Amino acid sequence: MAIVHEILNYFKVEINREQCKKCKRCVNHCSYGVLSFNGEKIVSDDQKCVACQRCAVMCPGNAIRIVQNESFLPPHGNYTRKIRNIIWAQSGDGGVLLAATGNDRPIRSIFDDLLLDACQVTNPSIDPLREKIETKIFFGRRPEKLTFVSDQDDLEGVSLKTKLMPNFEMDMPIMVGHMSLGSISYNACHAIYKAAKELNIVAGTGEGGLHPDFFEYAPNIITEVASGRFGVDLNYLHNAAALEIKIGQGAKPGHGGHLPGEKVSSLISQTRMIPKGSDALSPYPHHDIYSIEDLAQLIAALKEATRYKVPVGVKIAAVHNSAPIAVGIVRGGADFLTLDGFRGGTGAAPRIIRNHAGIPIELAIAAVDERLRQEGLRDQVTLIAGGSIRYSADLIKAIALGADIGMCAMPVLIAMGCRVCQQCFRGLCSWGIATQQKYLVKRLDVDIAKNRIKNLFHSWNEELKEVLGAMGIDSVESLRSNRDRLRYIGPNPHIAEILGVKHAGE
Amino acid sequence: MLVNKNMIVEKTKQKIYEIGMDDMIEIDAAPNGNPIDYRNLNTQIHGAINENFTNIILNNVCGQRFIGAGLQGNIEITINGIPGNDLGIFMDGPIIKVNGNCEDQSGNTMNHGKMIIDGDGGDVIGLSSRGGKIYVKGDVGYRVGIHMKEYEDQFPTLIIGGTAKDFLGESMAGGKIIVLGLKILQDGTIIENPQPICGSELGTGIHRGAIFLRTDENIEDRLGVGAKIFELSEEDQKEIENDIKDFCETFNIPITTIDEKPFKVIKPISKRPFESNYCGYLV
Ligand code: SF4
Ligand code: SF4
Repeated sequence: MAIVHEILNYFKVEINREQCKKCKRCVNHCSYGVLSFNGEKIVSDDQKCVACQRCAVMCPGNAIRIVQNESFLPPHGNYTRKIRNIIWAQSGDGGVLLAATGNDRPIRSIFDDLLLDACQVTNPSIDPLREKIETKIFFGRRPEKLTFVSDQDDLEGVSLKTKLMPNFEMDMPIMVGHMSLGSISYNACHAIYKAAKELNIVAGTGEGGLHPDFFEYAPNIITEVASGRFGVDLNYLHNAAALEIKIGQGAKPGHGGHLPGEKVSSLISQTRMIPKGSDALSPYPHHDIYSIEDLAQLIAALKEATRYKVPVGVKIAAVHNSAPIAVGIVRGGADFLTLDGFRGGTGAAPRIIRNHAGIPIELAIAAVDERLRQEGLRDQVTLIAGGSIRYSADLIKAIALGADIGMCAMPVLIAMGCRVCQQCFRGLCSWGIATQQKYLVKRLDVDIAKNRIKNLFHSWNEELKEVLGAMGIDSVESLRSNRDRLRYIGPNPHIAEILGVKHAGE
Repeated sequence: MLVNKNMIVEKTKQKIYEIGMDDMIEIDAAPNGNPIDYRNLNTQIHGAINENFTNIILNNVCGQRFIGAGLQGNIEITINGIPGNDLGIFMDGPIIKVNGNCEDQSGNTMNHGKMIIDGDGGDVIGLSSRGGKIYVKGDVGYRVGIHMKEYEDQFPTLIIGGTAKDFLGESMAGGKIIVLGLKILQDGTIIENPQPICGSELGTGIHRGAIFLRTDENIEDRLGVGAKIFELSEEDQKEIENDIKDFCETFNIPITTIDEKPFKVIKPISKRPFESNYCGYLV
């Protein structure tokens, strides 16, 4: 039984009464029910405020400021305010606490402890504005070696004997991570798919199916086959640039997705192919996959069902034994492998798992890349890495550690207007992103959002070129796994050892 | 091996259907006793479909997986032998008839179509299927009918002539499973199956759909989380009448045999079994 215990609010809405025109726009824009007009002035119920900033941005009088609640709890270095709040919430409710976005614990980022190399004297750098620096990459399985047959008498008559597997080209080594329609809105999906198409990169659908309206973006979409098999039919399998078997997600390794029935609107019902209003519960494991052999079997089944036309890969959360698992996956026939680190985002996950399970993506990339190389498999497979690639620096370092493609989602949401309020699981996103409510969804202008995503990735790609130029490298493929161009400056030299990166100064 | 049109079909003992001759083709899955691999076999099936054959007979099938994976349309495939795992995975329309037993995961994520297994089935049959019918004459293994679901006019039906093992209908999200508890002997005699109708964890996590068991056993202590036993209502009776009739006709079971035992029906306690398990607070 729920016994409510008021939790000290984090935020306060400050309204400058002189600047306020009483237009009530803020009241209409607040989807969390914080603001109201009492006939005389705007009043706020600060307990409900999530600091999403919508009111402050929309206020024509610039009259609103969201500030931290200075009311103080007795300080304690160990029982922080957050830990006390968790205890109050749980002792009041008795349930498993949900959380959204990525891990919010202040754990040191390994990316931030890495520095990039640059050319001086002995090797010339390249000016990316005047010389071609290639950021194009190929997605899919590459053959171990190429064999040719030649016609003895005819010098022209050399032909390729190796059978090539499906591959496609991307203009940047960037992918928009998997977010389902359901976790985010129709408009948000639309903006992402449009941007992916115009940038010639790819975006993931998540495990919630692909709405038929979006079939036109298929050449830039990777669809997921997850344990719930939601929305998986032949149309879905045939409308994708690549298929991914989702085993796990960085934010909730080992946990199945859970979309509550109230979010299963007719749009979601159509996409997931489940009745309106029913819970979409993804079983925790795939019940046809209890081993690497079983995984190989589903990979083969998907290839059979799609007649070997598209790459089929596997996504796993970065966990303790990622490296040997990755080897099994590649040997099992996966054409690409997606690794999602412990900071990866989510629309809803148990807080306990989001904050405490998995390992940092930096270590997982290095470990998997190294092991695949030892096994002679690395060059055959496309390695995608995500789980908090926040900006271009993280992307560049992820590639240098061994990833072919950096995958990110949170920066895409932030580009579209997300303020990282971490309330996505409530479905009330005032920015029209993590919600299915029509009046909120229409706040997100598809074309503006699309252009912002395009600008963001364009700038990342330009920054990538700047770095490649400074390193004297003319193609991003030569940066991949080039760990000699990284140095470590963090506090723990053992991390540098696992990463296969030298300490700065070495 | 592709065999030419109008080849004479070797009459199998258990032939339970008619085959139109013009559009028929036979494929040998183990020429000279050497089984070909699944890729080759499926390539031949696709080749036959491209040449407009709609009745495809696979002889000497010997564990080849993924037969009929992702096939669509008005096609009938007859399998003489034992197909491997994932028979008819992602299938959307065709009819598959198996004269023999099956391995695991037949009808995995099937969308539409019919599968008639004239033998025993393995584990995890009908996993995540969203539509179509699967009939198994004999017994089946573990986790059968797991996460079957329904959507609009799509409604999967799984009927088992014999018995099932543990976790029957786990996480079921729609459709119906019927288990008859019979045993059809080689010579065609039908007796009550001496095995228990199902194992433990029956319908665990079920949140939509129903499981019909023809049994007088006490199954109360085999129920999984969220599942509840109901007496068969008149409406339930109607719900399964046609399915049972069709099943009995398919396998030559006198319909009167069915009436000798009552049905119990297992349905979810709630459509939202884990609703109160999670909470969201700004911490
Ligand atoms: S939007 Fe700004 S000006 Fe309008 S009522 Fe709210 S605080 Fe006042
Ligand atoms: S998507 Fe919306 S609800 Fe989620 S963190 Fe961003 S602003 Fe908040």
